[in-house]
Amino acid sequence: MLETLIHIAVLLLLPPLLPGVIAKTKAWFAGRTGPSVFQPYYDIVKCLQRSWVLSETTTWIFWAGPIITLAATLLAGLMVPLGRAAAPIAFTGDLILFAYLFALARFFTTSAALDTGSAFEGMGAAREVTFGCLSEPALFFAFMVLAKISGTLSLTPMLHAPATAFAAGITAPLMLILIGLFIVLLAETCRVPVDDPNTHLELTMIHEAMILDHSGPLYGIILYGSAMKMLVLGSMVLQVLLAFLPEREMLRGPLFLVLLVLLAVVIGIVESVMARLKMLHVPYLLISALLFCSFAFILLIR
Amino acid sequence: MFLILILLAVAVAALSGLPGILLRRSDDGGERISAISMVCAACVGLVGAAGGLLGYGGKPLALVWPAVGGGSVGLDALSAFFLVPVFLIGGLGAVYGLGYWPHCRHPVSGRRLRFFWGMLVAGMALLVVARHAMIFLLGWEIMALSAFFLVTAEGHRIASRQAGWIYLISTHVSVLALFALFAIWRHVTGSFAMTPVAPQTLGQGVTALCMVLVLVGFGLKAGVMPLHFWLPGAHANAPSHVSAIMSGVVIKTGVYGMIRWSALLPDVPVAWGALILLLGALSGVLGVLFALGQHDFKRLLAYHSVENIGIILMGFGVALLGRAMNRPEWVTLGFGACLLHVWNHSLFKPLLFFCAGAVMQVTGTRQMDRLGGLAKRMPWTAAAFFVGAVAICGLPPLNGFVSEWLLYLGLLKGAVGTAGGALAALVGVPTLALIGALALACFVKVMGTVFLGAPRTQSAADAREVSRLELVPMAVLVAGCALIGVFPSAVAFALDAATGCWLQSTGATAIPVAQTVPLGVISLLALLLLACVAGIFWRMRIKEVVTAARRSLSWDCGYARPDARMQYTAGSFARTLVLIFRGVLRPADHPPQVTKLFPVPTRAYSHVDDAVLDRVLMPAGRKVEEGFAWFHRFHRGLTQHYVLYVLVILLILMCTLFPFKNLFAFVFDRRGGGTSVCSSAGKQTLAPPGAPRAQMPYTYMATLSPGNQAAHRNHGRPFTERAGTPALPTAYA
Repeated sequence: MLETLIHIAVLLLLPPLLPGVIAKTKAWFAGRTGPSVFQPYYDIVKCLQRSWVLSETTTWIFWAGPIITLAATLLAGLMVPLGRAAAPIAFTGDLILFAYLFALARFFTTSAALDTGSAFEGMGAAREVTFGCLSEPALFFAFMVLAKISGTLSLTPMLHAPATAFAAGITAPLMLILIGLFIVLLAETCRVPVDDPNTHLELTMIHEAMILDHSGPLYGIILYGSAMKMLVLGSMVLQVLLAFLPEREMLRGPLFLVLLVLLAVVIGIVESVMARLKMLHVPYLLISALLFCSFAFILLIR
Repeated sequence: MFLILILLAVAVAALSGLPGILLRRSDDGGERISAISMVCAACVGLVGAAGGLLGYGGKPLALVWPAVGGGSVGLDALSAFFLVPVFLIGGLGAVYGLGYWPHCRHPVSGRRLRFFWGMLVAGMALLVVARHAMIFLLGWEIMALSAFFLVTAEGHRIASRQAGWIYLISTHVSVLALFALFAIWRHVTGSFAMTPVAPQTLGQGVTALCMVLVLVGFGLKAGVMPLHFWLPGAHANAPSHVSAIMSGVVIKTGVYGMIRWSALLPDVPVAWGALILLLGALSGVLGVLFALGQHDFKRLLAYHSVENIGIILMGFGVALLGRAMNRPEWVTLGFGACLLHVWNHSLFKPLLFFCAGAVMQVTGTRQMDRLGGLAKRMPWTAAAFFVGAVAICGLPPLNGFVSEWLLYLGLLKGAVGTAGGALAALVGVPTLALIGALALACFVKVMGTVFLGAPRTQSAADAREVSRLELVPMAVLVAGCALIGVFPSAVAFALDAATGCWLQSTGATAIPVAQTVPLGVISLLALLLLACVAGIFWRMRIKEVVTAARRSLSWDCGYARPDARMQYTAGSFARTLVLIFRGVLRPADHPPQVTKLFPVPTRAYSHVDDAVLDRVLMPAGRKVEEGFAWFHRFHRGLTQHYVLYVLVILLILMCTLFPFKNLFAFVFDRRGGGTSVCSSAGKQTLAPPGAPRAQMPYTYMATLSPGNQAAHRNHGRPFTERAGTPALPTAYA
């Protein structure tokens, strides 16, 4: 019970720290001081207190979209184990619900974007669904590898298996899906090299283009939801990464949260040293993630 | 008892259109009688089907039909399972038709549509309860022909006529395959009765032959990918409630046929399961890809039927694999997914077609790029479509998710278990994920272009909500989608009963679905998700803040007067995906022609043609036509010519009766004078007695002459007439 409460508390409170850490890392690389790591918390609180402005074209989908997205992300977050403890929700087949909750979130985010009738938001939505078509099969291949290694169909034992049941034979598949999952993480959380959250030109955006018209509380909810998505997907990547770390039993405890922050630093470094890909080259990156994950599965069943 | 109810419902449905035919064309009394009797038939039929699912189907009933040696009908859980969508959509569509296709607005086709609607439902119900090949075929043909008359309701439009003909040809090719199947069945089992054979009684070859015929015959009806070519045109051009029943129910009879015949053949080899799984994966991916390329609302939905049939077949393939490899868990999950998706698809696809029909009715167009902003103008239709779209994308918490979840688990259990299962999962799981993501892209595109944003044309801007008669059937289907999505355990009993029925012939017993997967947790989580959303709404006091919100323009990069034409269109939304898959889709672009210094208005458009119909069958047909161009010389459409050809062919055939050998023998005999050994031997063997040799030419001439003379007497003149050159009357006068 205590573990469940801690899980929910971490899931609710920690997310905005990660974008803060990423921004700080990027500032450090650029030789700036940068805002405080807690800046996203201030931003979200500030947004939630603002008044509402809605576009004249929009319907209920415009404001229901971010809220349903947040609810779906929250529910998905309850299925991924943070550290050694089991996730609050674990049952046979939860991995599919996990993936489909993110799909539900995508459905509503993109629908809300199209609801505004703006060309740029349509552009963002089109890109989001296009890249989703490539990252989703990659995610499922990674799940198949983990299911095969653990012999179960539930996320908690599947994600614990790389650390607890580590064997020489599964090194290569794990390494491949780690690369694949990291690319999926970058794509799904809209980071460089797939998307640049700091860009100023609507033409080159994906996620930011979709939410151009959301302001005030809705924008706050979107910021919070996307930070939470990063936490959820990030802890999934970390659980796989644990297999390659020394002292992994110790790291699976409370230190897991430190690892999460370090992952944000890594994402910040990637963002600092790389440029965003040309939009037409993004599918190649995602297809390579798909190939990494599928080779991992083939290696495992050979 | 319950079987009698079903037969009663069949009779009422079949007769439901008759009163209307006897009344005046534009009289609305007939359509009301018809709709009420269809609803009654649907209620009675649904009660009967529920009885069948609960195991009270009773013994098969023998019918007197001496011409085929008696017939029989029966109601087991499998039949009952497929009867539910037949009667549900039959009833709802009849009500929807009152608002969508009233006699007063469609005096020409209204009564015909009512009549054939009833016949279609009756035919489908009959074929599902048939236990005798001839009754099955009777139901099948009634269904196929009534569907043809329903599709061509708007026969004055050329597209509708063409779609109807293509449908008719394909459905009869499928019937031909079924004839062959039943003939073989009769030959190997000795009767037309549809009772399972004992394992190992049929050889491998016969089983394989039967399966090929099953795949072709029923696959054509179901619209499996290479055989789907009739489907998009027929579904797009039929009236929308007809599209709904065609897409939601009629194509499922193909699935029913495959399932029923695989139940009759207990030892179908593993390879067939794998083949069906592959075919399903192919149908699923290609169906949704071609849907992405469409601009026509209903054509897009039609391609999604191909996709969903693919998902259904993937489940069926897993079940066949499980049955052949003796893995009861795969059977439960695969067959459960297959059946549940049959129900689900017959809920959300008619729902989507009903919404599409409503949109068409008020705006008069199926082109998505001419619509937009309808969610503000028709809020209920838009909400219903939204529910249908979430359901068809397989997203929680609606019904599509439950069946896809079962299928994923069936495939993944194989991956965890054995190497063979891992191969199946290697094909199935990523394909299913891809299908899901593509379907999502496709339905976001439809939602966005049709219902969201700003109206692109005046007719879309003037749209108003449709009548209650159309909204109520939509509401019933929405409730069905939500019910199965949130409480899947409520339908588990039906899945278990039908799976048990399918396994009966092998002697295996089915594991209940609820024991294999935690269905209760799905309900809990669906409720939790809804509670989360409701909680946030409540916390934010959403209603108050939305009404109090300040309104402004959409952000368009600082542009002060955004226009509806600036929005993303259906084509531009799917463009990148279409380009990624251009190898399969082959989009045809027609860029604008800009020629002068001050260009005049021009147009640009692109389209994705069907892979089979437009790229294989039509060109092949044209090639054949070109190759036989010379044949047009004989094929001029003049009846007299054809009578002449009959005569000529008859003459040629009769020539074979002419005793040439005797003639030769006679000639050689006379010329050689019997000196040659060879000829005398020939004479002896060919015409041993002397008398017949003399008689035969004579009798031949006697039979030939009168007819020949008659032909010359009656039709002599036109026979010699060559086209283009006038006959010479004087020569015959």
